[in-house]
Amino acid sequence: MPESLPAPAPLSTARPRGCPFDPPAELGALRDRHPLSRMSYPDGHVGWLVTGHALARAVAADRRFSSRQELMRLPTPRNGVPAGPLPPAPPGMFVSHDAPEHTRYRRLLAGRFTVRRMRALTERVEQITAERLDAMEGEGPGVDLVVAFAQPVPALMICELLGVPSGDHGHFQRLVSSTNDQNASLEEVGAAMAELGGFLHGLVLAKRASPTDDLLGELVGEDLTDEELTNIAVLLLGAGLDTTANMIALGAFALFTAPEQIAALSEGPEAVDRAVEELLRYLTIAHTGVRTALEDVELGGHLIRAGDSVTISALAADRDPAKFTDPDVLDLRRDATGHLALGHGAHQCLGQQLARVELRVALPALFERFPTLRPAVPADEVAVREDSDIHGVYSLPVTWDEV
Amino acid sequence: MGFEIDRTVCIGAGTCVIKAPAVFAQDPDDGLVVPVGGGVPDSPEVRRAAEACPSGAIVPAP
Ligand code: HEM
Repeated sequence: MPESLPAPAPLSTARPRGCPFDPPAELGALRDRHPLSRMSYPDGHVGWLVTGHALARAVAADRRFSSRQELMRLPTPRNGVPAGPLPPAPPGMFVSHDAPEHTRYRRLLAGRFTVRRMRALTERVEQITAERLDAMEGEGPGVDLVVAFAQPVPALMICELLGVPSGDHGHFQRLVSSTNDQNASLEEVGAAMAELGGFLHGLVLAKRASPTDDLLGELVGEDLTDEELTNIAVLLLGAGLDTTANMIALGAFALFTAPEQIAALSEGPEAVDRAVEELLRYLTIAHTGVRTALEDVELGGHLIRAGDSVTISALAADRDPAKFTDPDVLDLRRDATGHLALGHGAHQCLGQQLARVELRVALPALFERFPTLRPAVPADEVAVREDSDIHGVYSLPVTWDEV
Repeated sequence: MGFEIDRTVCIGAGTCVIKAPAVFAQDPDDGLVVPVGGGVPDSPEVRRAAEACPSGAIVPAP
């Protein structure tokens, strides 16, 4: 007998007062009683919401649940986006494709994002990090950590890797974060995508004419159209700009609230690796995902019908007490294996090894350079990205004692 | 009991290399998993790798 479920409700998104890192309280309560529940979508669809870890993992790993954009429904209302179906994702935007299209692009790229190749960038990340810390020291005490450090380190690295001139990375950064902002109007998102796409299309054409020694330069040698290559570039640049940056800034903010944890960052490479995984889990900045059932699927004692949308709260799942002991405690010394912060299944993050290298260099270096680093405003005055697909802070004023 | 590798579902995410670097590596061309020493023994690291694997490419041997 399937257990009866509470009436469908819209997705709760408001974080508990004073707890900017925690999932909305409603999601935690649901998870503990109904890890799979009914959810009403802004377009009127009644679909599903997964908040439990085991079920979230099962959905993400199951190819009967599609990532195709034209099947998906938005889980939260978005300013200016009509309630109707979304257009299919263009060729190359493979995060929103299924096999076999997804597989083809992923196979083409996976060899260029291996653990070994990304670790070979460690020294370069260390250099970029040291330069930003020098600049902070020159400018401070008293800087916005987001602009001075968290954004430029991953931005300079992804631009260099792709072969995108980094001169104006602040401008790209604003374009990309507006595409993740639920309050941005359809026109704003469209204009940002068009500008980014136009710029990268021009760059792709230039690299075709004279290939350069970087990722996009190499990819022009593969069997890809200009449109595919441009969209791959948009996806990689977008994913590289608005994720690790938020992890660095939100990670520092979280560490300010648990200062006794910071010592773990100076306990050697293995301790740092563990700390990075725990920060990924605890913050799960890519908090919400959506899939659509391609056929009827029995899951957790319920029948999910073909065409139903399933929203995955990766954040609620990563705080599931059935999976992690004391899940709401940030414990840099725990083993966070199995977290869903980088996704799960065929779409699990392509850039994860780059993100790991960046985080394990940047965070320890920051606290080593400024042992007295602290927020310059009370925690409740820090502007949190409440309505963004990627969680983070808009700015994080910090200060330190001059030596 | 040991483990087997299913390269047909591997997506080259590299999680196994992070969890059990002595056992797993990635093919430099396509990023897909290759067992370092041929076989895949049962060990705590390998079990963690199997858990972390996003695509179900590390499966218990029958
Ligand atoms: C800590 C930082 C990062 C986080 C938290 C993160 C998170 C994620 C998540 C949750 C997914 C799965 C999306 C889904 O299932 O639909 C994903 C996919 C992806 N990420 Fe990341 N990411 C990070 C850094 C990066 C970086 C630096 C890159 C740059 C290369 C990148 C590139 C991608 C790409 C291309 C995909 C799509 C993979 C596919 O569909 O096969 N990510 N990421």
